[in-house]
Amino acid sequence: MAANSGSLPRFLERPTSYTTGVWGWITTVDHKKIGIMYGFTAIFFFLLGGLEAVVIRSQLAFAGNEIVSPDIYNQLFTMHALTMIFLAIMPLAVTFFNLIVPLQIGARDVAFPRLNALSYWIYLSGGLLLNAGWILGGAADSGWFAYAPLTLDQYGSGGRGMDFYSLGLLVLGVSSVAGGLNFLVTIINMRAPGMTLMRMPVFTWMAFITSILLVTAMPVITIALIELALDRILGTQFFAPGAGGDPLLWQHLFWVFGHPEVYILILPAMGIVSEVLPTFSKKPLFGYPFIIFSGIFIGFMGWAVWSHHMFTVGMGPVANATFAITTMLIAVPTGVKIFNWIGTMWGGSIDFKTPMLFSIGFVFLFIIGGLSGVSHAAPPSDYQQQDTYYIVAHLHYVLFGGAIFGIFSGIYYWWPKFSGKLLNENLGVIHFALLFIGMNMSFGPMHWLGMDGMPRRIYTYGAEYGWEFWNTVSTIGSYIIALGTIVFIVNVFYTMRQERRTDLADPWDGRTLEWSIPSPVPEYNFKEIPIVNGLDSFWDTKYSTDEQGYMTPIPQGASDDNQEDEEVDIHMPGLSYFPFITGIGLSVSGFGFAIYSQFNVVGLTVAIVGILATFFGAYGWCFEPADPEDHH
Amino acid sequence: MATEHHNTEHPSSTKYVVIALILSVVTAIEVAVVYVEALAAALIPILLLLSVGKFVVVVGYYMHLKFEHKLFTILFASGLILAIYVLCALMLLFGVFI
Amino acid sequence: MTTHETAGHATTTGLDNRKVMMWAFIGSDCLFFASLVSTYLLYRGKSVVGPYPYEVFNIPYTSVSAFVLLMSSLTMVLALGAIQRGDHTRLRIWLLATSILGCIFLGGQYFEFTVFVEQGVTLQGNLFGSSFFTLTSFHGLHVTFGVVILMSFFVMSLRGRLSQEQSLNIELAGLYWHFVDIVWIVIFTVVYLIEAPNIVH
Repeated sequence: MAANSGSLPRFLERPTSYTTGVWGWITTVDHKKIGIMYGFTAIFFFLLGGLEAVVIRSQLAFAGNEIVSPDIYNQLFTMHALTMIFLAIMPLAVTFFNLIVPLQIGARDVAFPRLNALSYWIYLSGGLLLNAGWILGGAADSGWFAYAPLTLDQYGSGGRGMDFYSLGLLVLGVSSVAGGLNFLVTIINMRAPGMTLMRMPVFTWMAFITSILLVTAMPVITIALIELALDRILGTQFFAPGAGGDPLLWQHLFWVFGHPEVYILILPAMGIVSEVLPTFSKKPLFGYPFIIFSGIFIGFMGWAVWSHHMFTVGMGPVANATFAITTMLIAVPTGVKIFNWIGTMWGGSIDFKTPMLFSIGFVFLFIIGGLSGVSHAAPPSDYQQQDTYYIVAHLHYVLFGGAIFGIFSGIYYWWPKFSGKLLNENLGVIHFALLFIGMNMSFGPMHWLGMDGMPRRIYTYGAEYGWEFWNTVSTIGSYIIALGTIVFIVNVFYTMRQERRTDLADPWDGRTLEWSIPSPVPEYNFKEIPIVNGLDSFWDTKYSTDEQGYMTPIPQGASDDNQEDEEVDIHMPGLSYFPFITGIGLSVSGFGFAIYSQFNVVGLTVAIVGILATFFGAYGWCFEPADPEDHH
Repeated sequence: MATEHHNTEHPSSTKYVVIALILSVVTAIEVAVVYVEALAAALIPILLLLSVGKFVVVVGYYMHLKFEHKLFTILFASGLILAIYVLCALMLLFGVFI
Repeated sequence: MTTHETAGHATTTGLDNRKVMMWAFIGSDCLFFASLVSTYLLYRGKSVVGPYPYEVFNIPYTSVSAFVLLMSSLTMVLALGAIQRGDHTRLRIWLLATSILGCIFLGGQYFEFTVFVEQGVTLQGNLFGSSFFTLTSFHGLHVTFGVVILMSFFVMSLRGRLSQEQSLNIELAGLYWHFVDIVWIVIFTVVYLIEAPNIVH
């Protein structure tokens, strides 16, 4: 909040000197450093979730296989989904929010830098909390949407995993809401002069819509999770059928959150693709306002379709018909976007660099995933597909073929901006090829398997069903994806060992403001806050359009804005310990509550210690001067 | 532009006291209505109407929203409308209104 | 003090970041309470065993609680007016008054809970108990948090660390406090008053 305080212990005063090393990272409030930490942590969890997927596929490769026990299998598919959704895709999107949004709107940082650091520390520790079940009595095992009453001990496996599920996701929810609020305020209030809403780059727009969804959707799941945690820890009756508790309440609350969540996962990727396609087609984005309004409409409609996940529970014809219609409506703005992307490429001089390959892959695979999605928007057809591998195929086409391809496109596109090094192009192409082939081989056959009646979440199947061939193909596909991911990791290590280059400020001939400043980006981002005169205003400084609509380069004068040798004295917010303390404290208290039913006294003690740490951190934070130089 | 909002249209302390009196009276009416047998049939709409009135007065005057930049109204209203929408949709789906 | 966190440049809308954040947070908090109220209302009348709400609610008692919280909104708004005029004595009086009213409300809630428990309504007993206690204590936690904030500002003011220029702090605390109050306006109606004696159960 405010006010100076001379009463802080000396070791907690705002550090000023750490710029590198472990303390430099722990106390940083710089959006770029936080973004990099987000990125590496999320990639780590992505690899973990991928490993789980490979084990799942290995188990299913042959009929009657017994690589893992049924119990472990339940934990694997649950944790695979949770890890990929909450610990990989969402944080990877937030990585780009952190790295790119302030640069695209011409700001020096986000609106609340310390809150931003807090979001990261909660995410990291919450991710570990969610995974702590693996070593403490079993990980979550009721599926990622954890339908009641399977989540209660007497109906489920009786393991402790669902404690880590409820508290882990609660803690992660705090991180998401804090991040959502932060980016909401940043985009509303930190734009450079002249950057009106309709001049904002599409990625920033999608970050804006995603933030609104985060801020509004996370509260609903938070309440559902609190009810679940209370049921499990304090013995309330919310989801206990014997006491009249209604399992449908959980399903509704979960999907009220769950469907906006789907758009939280996909909209950032759509934003990335909307940046990459025009850049590598050497054309402005086709139909910018249509893309924006489609995004807004998708985000808005995300609130009106949730029950299409529940067609088979018996809501009655009126409810089913209503939700079917609203769901089908969403195909319209999505289709508009796809036509706009194709229109952007149409007639462009396309440069097939790795980011472009991934973006084209996104468009292609997302069309398939979108169409299979429309096919279960109709209740009668959904009755057939519900809970089969057809759904698994659909969701992987939109989340892997969609979100992950978009994210990889962004990684290749923006990597040079923050490292001053280009990811290797040959390895990039191999990475893309392996991922594209592996993805279609792995998830394509699942359409057939699902239509053939293979249910989701089964641990194994008999040879007599005739599912073995396509399962084997699918498993081989998953190994190819794994191989592609290894190529990516090799590429990252290979690139990190290269010399830093100074000529990478604008390697792709970009359109948005982040390409107008040096790579890697200086701590203060912009030496002078830019003035924005239109959409793609950085492009306009490089090209003019003649009467026929052809682009001609404007000769660049001797202006060397991109030289970073002169000293500039720009005042940046100081470092702080408190986000770290507050964030870790919150997760520690969550951990205490999660182990409470196993170890009463220890759990309670840990929880209290965590809560005290959170309060100490939050209090210190409020009384810490927002700016180290205010300190008297 | 909009930083000069303080103290300009701020209602005076007397006005705040008057508003508190009105709020108290409405609360008293709410409680009283509950005990009037003749109104039993229309009780829920009456109660909802009265509490919406209190809600609007507190938000508009005590939270000062009536005099503020419209962005604040947009932020608050979008959360509130979604909240009401979710509540009503769930009650409809669970057949509470039927 | 308003732009410290923004590394020194004015905001796009001219509005303070923290105030925009507070209103966005309040919008978000609406959905927390909507989910809890939904749970409560959907489970209304679904408990398979008693006690039922109309057997335990004491409307006159809760009306007094609601009135106390309503009055704390008045004292809160007077505190804000005081600091904006630079009247630090009145600021302290009204901050203290608001905190005390908040504490009276919390004490009342605690007493109400103990009476309910004596009558057999418990967190574990039936759906009514589970959903009622979760909803009202979630609100109670909000009030508690608000009291902590107000007392912190009271102490800061006593120590001369809350100047007239920092009135935004009180304004934000006030927004939060009023929001907690309007939530109670809703809860008072949809939880308590609709269990009125004249409605057939």
